Amino acid sequence: MLDAGKSEQQIKSAAKGKRAFDTTLIWQLAILVVLLGSWEILSGRLFDSFWVSKPSLIIGYIYNWFVNGDFFRHLNATMTEIIVGYSIGAALGLALGLPIGRMEKTAKILDPFLLALNGIPRVALAPLFVIWFGIGITPKIVLVFTLVFFVVFYNSYAGVRSVERRYVDLAWVMGARSFSLFTKVILPAAMPYIILGLKLSIPYAVIGAIIGEFIASSEGLGHKIQLETSVYNTTGTMGGIVVLMILVVFLNSLLAWIERRALAWRPPSRSGDAGGQGL
Amino acid sequence: MQSSSDFLIFDKVTKVFESPDGGSVTALDNFSLNVADGEFVTVVGPSGCGKSTLLNLVVGLDKPSSGQILINGKPAWQQLLNIGYVTQEDNLYPWRTLRENVEFPLEIRGMAKSERRKRSEELLQRVGLAGFENRYAHQLSGGMRQRGNIVRALSFDPGLIIMDEPFGPLDAQTRIVLQQQLLDLWLQDKKTVIFITHDLQEAIALGDRVVVMTARPGRIRSVYDIKLSRPRDLHHLHDDPEFRTALSDLWDELADEVSAANAMGR
Repeated sequence: MLDAGKSEQQIKSAAKGKRAFDTTLIWQLAILVVLLGSWEILSGRLFDSFWVSKPSLIIGYIYNWFVNGDFFRHLNATMTEIIVGYSIGAALGLALGLPIGRMEKTAKILDPFLLALNGIPRVALAPLFVIWFGIGITPKIVLVFTLVFFVVFYNSYAGVRSVERRYVDLAWVMGARSFSLFTKVILPAAMPYIILGLKLSIPYAVIGAIIGEFIASSEGLGHKIQLETSVYNTTGTMGGIVVLMILVVFLNSLLAWIERRALAWRPPSRSGDAGGQGL
Repeated sequence: MQSSSDFLIFDKVTKVFESPDGGSVTALDNFSLNVADGEFVTVVGPSGCGKSTLLNLVVGLDKPSSGQILINGKPAWQQLLNIGYVTQEDNLYPWRTLRENVEFPLEIRGMAKSERRKRSEELLQRVGLAGFENRYAHQLSGGMRQRGNIVRALSFDPGLIIMDEPFGPLDAQTRIVLQQQLLDLWLQDKKTVIFITHDLQEAIALGDRVVVMTARPGRIRSVYDIKLSRPRDLHHLHDDPEFRTALSDLWDELADEVSAANAMGR
């Protein structure tokens, strides 16, 4: 049977077809080796390793910290701040963003307020949160919350607004009404945006926790980094940063895994991931 | 000429759109038509003649400014769950597999999973899509997607099927295959069908009657009975003298309206 565009045979083979051997990973490893290698070699020769440290020293530092030190106490504090702040921020962002996306009037009324609130550089609020909530983990959780909330809120809001009218109209004609319309059409159609919001806000959550710890704290990875910086221990500083980097990569791949399962229906895209960016 | 077997009745249906600058456009003007139960009516007209407006009124996405639409003797808005709608655009939900798409209206109606499965399997089998149940829309060709759209609209066994240029974007070969399949499906169930198209040959090949609409405002220009026997073999219909007569008669009518529409700057 002939069909528009592709024939059924073509489609079958395209779905099952094997991909050519992927060399991406090899290139990525090569770049990593070159970067770390030249850092290792040039440090102490071209640059004073006191200022830039070197990979072998950093790995040694992390190993020692891990085995003999207070690694888990700091990790635990930072993770608690991130997880609690992120969960509350994401939950509230979804709980408000999704319904408000469906409420044209409410969205219009709230728009300038949300824009203004989101315009506040949250980092500038950190000292205020210390005054309000002390130097424990509460001010960090609040800071993480304020950063995560808006990213998730705006993305789920935009996701709901982006759902094509034709999908909604057709579902309505097929008998879907408010609840089924929301769960069976609007939510899945908005899911790419929702997941993007959840993913984009991960680096923000980490930034919030670290900045909060920089301002005033007694534990946490940010606290540790600041401690090492204040005694000019660049190896220790970079060790802390590397741990943070690994943490973000881990959290991101966790969400990428969720994304793959939730958005299995999407055609493979040509462009890469939007990903998050640090501040 | 209203009779008791009339399933769908358009009674002086008029739709006026108010534009924000205070003007108004009459999309549909005094549209009256009686459609018998099990009848296949095709509607042709120049673009902008209010065809899509007409459909939106039937399926309840919009309300007539005056006049009424009756389905089975009751106002159309009380019969909404009894209408299957096939749109021109490819509207399979991309986040659902073909099977899940076909089962969508059944899910809404609370049908048990095993029953849904049975129904969707039977329908997909009938249009030659067995084996593609678990594909997503982007893994199907245009013709396969449109067949999916059609069986989704049939899945809950509606009394009335509304089709808005469903084969518009397909290539000529696929069109004929799908048209033939549609006629075969229709002959089995004998649902009432309103089929909108801008393709006169398609309108004649499929319909019991062809309604020609005027350029804006949309009115009925003429209604033409197609006396071709059924079942029809669409691959050889063009040699049929009845087909040729209908085509030449209807073309004259439609050509007037198309040039009128072009004169209006559309």
